[in-house]
Amino acid sequence: MDMLKEISQHLQGGSKEKVADMTRRALAANIPPKEILDRGLIDGMNVIGEKYKAHEIFLPDVLLAAKAMYAGMDVLRPLFIKEGMPSLGTVVIGTVQGDLHDIGKNLVGIMLKGAGFEVIDLGNDVAPEAFVETAKREHASVIGMSALLTTTMPAMKRVIECVQKEGLNGRIKTIVGGAPVSEEYAREIGADAYGYDSTHAVECVKKLMTDIS
Amino acid sequence: MREIIEIATEDALPTAPDVFTIQGIPTHKKPSATTVQLFTETKKIFTACVQCAGITADIAIAAFDSVYAGEGMNEVATPLDGIFRKADNLALFAVTVGAAVSQKIDYLFKTHEYALAGMLDAFASAGAEKVADCVQDHYRQRLIRENVAAEKTVVLRYSPGYCGWHMSGQKKLFDYLEPGEIGITLLDSFLMKPLKSISGVFVAGSKDIHVFKDDFPICSECQTHSCRSRIQDIQKKRA
Repeated sequence: MDMLKEISQHLQGGSKEKVADMTRRALAANIPPKEILDRGLIDGMNVIGEKYKAHEIFLPDVLLAAKAMYAGMDVLRPLFIKEGMPSLGTVVIGTVQGDLHDIGKNLVGIMLKGAGFEVIDLGNDVAPEAFVETAKREHASVIGMSALLTTTMPAMKRVIECVQKEGLNGRIKTIVGGAPVSEEYAREIGADAYGYDSTHAVECVKKLMTDIS
Repeated sequence: MREIIEIATEDALPTAPDVFTIQGIPTHKKPSATTVQLFTETKKIFTACVQCAGITADIAIAAFDSVYAGEGMNEVATPLDGIFRKADNLALFAVTVGAAVSQKIDYLFKTHEYALAGMLDAFASAGAEKVADCVQDHYRQRLIRENVAAEKTVVLRYSPGYCGWHMSGQKKLFDYLEPGEIGITLLDSFLMKPLKSISGVFVAGSKDIHVFKDDFPICSECQTHSCRSRIQDIQKKRA
């Protein structure tokens, strides 16, 4: 079997040891790291994303696959030291000020990394200024915000206002999500996108990246 | 009466279907073997770090009226508004599975043990509901023991943040109940810490007071309509 296909399949099975081992073997066989990343690891995560979306597999399987992907990326990372890990772009994510729920945000981060994005996770209870400052400093293209409470949702609006105030709304796009958040609310506060779940969030971020470029 | 209730760890352990449902696995789907293995591992972790506690405080209807009004942000029409006034007894409550569980979830995420972290998060959410069930049952048994309630009395719980009772209602609830004694505090955003905690009111009375139609204006925004299964459970008991 094609080594890259094998990496992708082991990743889909959530076997981190096999993914790491096969990644090393692929490198030893002189397969370029970028090809291993794209056609092995990211391909595997894309399949996982599709299966999750189709309800063929569920959250634990996705998370096991994500860990397997990172095991492969850990092998590749030293080879990208000079030019940095190839990335589709940088996304700053966090749970908004006043809110401590971060399981949904973590999942979005995992799926974004799996799709090939650089993700800077600011954690939870993140001040609006911290989102914007980090996005500016890290040259991020997207800010992703999560909230699980109706009382903390307004903090999303403050982040968007902060982006607008700094005149960055053409360069930095915003996406919101979380149980009480709706597409209507996202529109109301001026967010560029609303992700109803982790896989949809990834699709939205890809689209936002296209809009920027 | 104000009471701190001790809960045995084994009473806080949720079932696998309860945990899988929170993880988005439908009950009719068979989880993968690795998922079942994760559940077993998670159960051990949870058992090792859970610190269950519960507290209740009886409250009169008039006093609860003020707690319920909270910061004046409730929806105009809510199911609970009609229910609690018909209650025989009310008690505020708060329960938690403790801070160590949340710390363990954070640690697992930070060390890239995502699947275990996700499973523990779901396990802890289901565990907190189990603790609330135990405390609710304890409250009902006390009412019966003290001849305040009959055997047929139904106790159901309602929480701020649901069914039109605004989250800000937590403030007055906390002022009255003072659950700091069992380690639960309230943040400015009205979020409880530890995260895996539940608070609200136990409403004791006849079955009929808990039955309502889900046609309140707020019901159109509800994604779960979980009130239906609670009401169905009551009606099953009636049959």
